[in-house]
Amino acid sequence: MADLPPEHPDFLWRNPEPKKSYEAVIIGGGGHGLATAYYLAKNHGMTNIAILERGWLAGGNMARNTTIIRSNYLWDESAAMYEKSLKLWEQLPEELDYDFLFSQRGVLNLAHTLQDVRESQRRVNANALNGVDAEWLDPKQVKEVCPIINIGDDLRYPVMGATFQPRAGIAKHDHVAWAFARKCDEMGVDIIQNCEVTGIERIGDKVVGVQTTRGDIATEKVAMCVAGDSSVLADMAGIRLPIQSHPLQALVSELFEPVHPTVVMSNHVHVYVSQAHKGELVMGAGVDSYNGYGQRGGFHVIEEQLAAAVELFPIFARAHVLRTWGGIVDVTLDASPIVSKTEVDGLYANCGWGTGGFKGTPAAGLTFAHTIANDEPHPLNAPYALDRFETGHLIDEHGAAAVAH
Amino acid sequence: MLLISCPNCGPRDETEFHYGGQAHVEYPKDPHALSDREWAQFLFYRDNDRGAYAERWSHSLGCRKWFNAVRDTVTYDFIAVYPMGQARPDTHAAAAPQTSSTTESEGAVR
Repeated sequence: MADLPPEHPDFLWRNPEPKKSYEAVIIGGGGHGLATAYYLAKNHGMTNIAILERGWLAGGNMARNTTIIRSNYLWDESAAMYEKSLKLWEQLPEELDYDFLFSQRGVLNLAHTLQDVRESQRRVNANALNGVDAEWLDPKQVKEVCPIINIGDDLRYPVMGATFQPRAGIAKHDHVAWAFARKCDEMGVDIIQNCEVTGIERIGDKVVGVQTTRGDIATEKVAMCVAGDSSVLADMAGIRLPIQSHPLQALVSELFEPVHPTVVMSNHVHVYVSQAHKGELVMGAGVDSYNGYGQRGGFHVIEEQLAAAVELFPIFARAHVLRTWGGIVDVTLDASPIVSKTEVDGLYANCGWGTGGFKGTPAAGLTFAHTIANDEPHPLNAPYALDRFETGHLIDEHGAAAVAH
Repeated sequence: MLLISCPNCGPRDETEFHYGGQAHVEYPKDPHALSDREWAQFLFYRDNDRGAYAERWSHSLGCRKWFNAVRDTVTYDFIAVYPMGQARPDTHAAAAPQTSSTTESEGAVR
């Protein structure tokens, strides 16, 4: 008689039927939705809440990102938000009692022109003033941190130096989602998959519930965490967001022995790459210029990115691309997110994280939960309100977000 | 890569073009009369349709002229290409028979 198959592992969360009403409903079961639910339950005692996910848990952008975590942003508002996030990342494996392989292997942001050098050094100084760890490295020091990088002067855009944030790193994104989901579930949060929101019900200026493919749910608080589809969802509530959706592509190689010890990013020639724990080289390509919801992008974007990668890392010339994919990113005009109340009472928007949503997951959850629970912003997300587009207090982070968007 | 039909030069690769965002966004007729909220709407708020979307493209590596197009933002199919200044065509009729047999139709590419 054949051996019995191994016992099925315990599930990390229940799959409950949706109730008729909840204190709050979070739309979107990705990293941000899960983190928001976690902090609502943990910090604000709100456990009669549901996360509605139209597909499967963390199967959207959370499953498509390149897992980089850093906080070396230029402006005070951004440094505060992303540094808080990094501090939360540092404590979350223990807090969630789940090892999601957070690896603080550092990030290099390369400079290839004199303007790059000046901008980078300015950012290092700004980081230092904000208590963010950052150093300026010359090409030789860059090579010491990442020996496979080509610092020769025969490149079209030679490496003229780099900023280095040693505390930056990567984490395993699906494990992050599972870690949050398990804790949320333990605290009583209903995680409801295969439940698409088809309408947002209002009475006057107030939210009263959502319509879903699994029935109507009454609630006075609706929180949107659906990067990519934020405009579509906001439209259901009759409001408009200053958001454009674009395809962003990424790719991985086959598995290799450890060759790449850190994270390397370059805005100028547009490469960002790290090596996953399993061994794939994980690379991010650019955003397509046009609006799109198709979760695929132009091949020329990948081609340009690989050409730059091979020039910077000659060793990559022998690597094979295993697969490419696209996610849909929400982009704002100032390349900074929106974590805000809306003009509709009880409707909250978390969107516009562009290409940097993963690293912001814990801080997005923390500040969004505070906003939902208290109906007013946390000090960290107050600058990220929708009204900044009217007051002109933009947080222009095009320089510190790696992808030109 | 998209194959885009420039009204002047014919079908060319996407890399020859520059994207200009939503079409038919009019400059305010009386800018001084606008509130901050209305200015914000003009500067920062654009439609972000899932499906047929009217947008501007410039054939920057060719004739360098701007033109408008209606494109499906899910399938990336071009439904119509038309000159600047012309009203958005009724694409509901054009969108319906969007099959491979329509690729030859004037001004439309896939």
